[in-house]
Amino acid sequence: MENLAFGFMGAGLGAGIVTLGAGLGIGRIAGQAMDGIARQPEAAGKIQTAMLISAALIEGVAFFNAVICMLIALK
Amino acid sequence: MYLENTPMYDRFSMSRLVGLVLIILPLILFGGQLQADEHADHSGAASTGDSHQETVEAEHGTDAETHGEAASAEAGGHGEHGEEDTGVLGLLTHHLMDSNHYEFFGMDFHLPVLSIGGYHLPITKHTIMLITAAILLIVLVFPRRKVGSGVPHGWSNFIEVLIVFIRDEVVYPNLGSKYGRKYLSFFLTAFFFVLFSNLLGMIPYGSSSTGNIAVTGALASVSLIVMVGSGMIIHGPLKYMGSFIPHGIPAFVIPILFPIEIAGILVKHFALCIRLFANMLAGHAVITVFLGLISSYFIAPVAIVGAVAISLLELFVAFLQAYIFTMLSSLFIGAAVSGEH
Repeated sequence: MENLAFGFMGAGLGAGIVTLGAGLGIGRIAGQAMDGIARQPEAAGKIQTAMLISAALIEGVAFFNAVICMLIALK
Repeated sequence: MYLENTPMYDRFSMSRLVGLVLIILPLILFGGQLQADEHADHSGAASTGDSHQETVEAEHGTDAETHGEAASAEAGGHGEHGEEDTGVLGLLTHHLMDSNHYEFFGMDFHLPVLSIGGYHLPITKHTIMLITAAILLIVLVFPRRKVGSGVPHGWSNFIEVLIVFIRDEVVYPNLGSKYGRKYLSFFLTAFFFVLFSNLLGMIPYGSSSTGNIAVTGALASVSLIVMVGSGMIIHGPLKYMGSFIPHGIPAFVIPILFPIEIAGILVKHFALCIRLFANMLAGHAVITVFLGLISSYFIAPVAIVGAVAISLLELFVAFLQAYIFTMLSSLFIGAAVSGEH
């Protein structure tokens, strides 16, 4: 029974750590994009597109790991 | 911003509807087939196999008694019936998961299972939503006016803004105007289909079929097939396979690098599938958990305000994920079409 509890705890901790990593990564991308747009407002469209793509790629990894955590938690 | 003197919107009409149906039909069948396998697994787990039988008995029997450790772990794993009636978790599974029941204004429909040539294709809640999205796609995106006949009004104005956005911001930058014109119908179909599927989850008695991994897997598979197929048709199979090998590397690295490149393509589309699935599932799970928090009159206002806020976020996410799905698949297909790596 103890092992099962540890498993659930691991899934919860894993979800939290995934959020931490994804938040850091996407926050960094968004911050740099804001800097870029502030310096060059006329390039806002291109910067936004590139920002969304890279944020989506990071988010994909984060969701992949979140799904793994969910699968562990629902077992 | 409206369409003028472009044959594009003209072409997205009757002749292209056939192609549209041809894209959507295998998608529905593929999704249904995966669900059929899942159903077969569940019924198999419930009816055959002695250990499973024991588990089900233990679960339905005396809950107050102390089970063995293994038995309770097994019940957690296979306990589909146990999860149905436990508060928030039951609400979650009822709201999010696919089922063969469909509730509509208090009526509960038990949906049939089609048998075509030995394959079982159950009609489920998400299948209904897929077909609804396809019908909406045909009805709402159908051209209302002749191209070049002045300024559009009303609904066609809204749809044309979206179409021009996808054309000018997504497809043409990634594929160029030569191939972009050819592939535009595919991307428009994918965008509007994902968008309508996402938005169907936001209306009462609806359910977002993109919150089902079989559906997003089918969508990503269509994107993968279009990518590899167009690369092979445009460049020829051998030359396309050759584009996986970077130039100017020593020969002994090729056997290692080639499988990695192949796996890279598969992982890209797997991520495409997981991203859409997890986004839609997670948003609806948060809404349901907020509503599940309601236990008294004092908590209810807070929970309802939170659920409304998350619902508004979900409306945004529905558009964003449809855009990102189209964007990324056009990026991948554009890389395959242009042939450089």
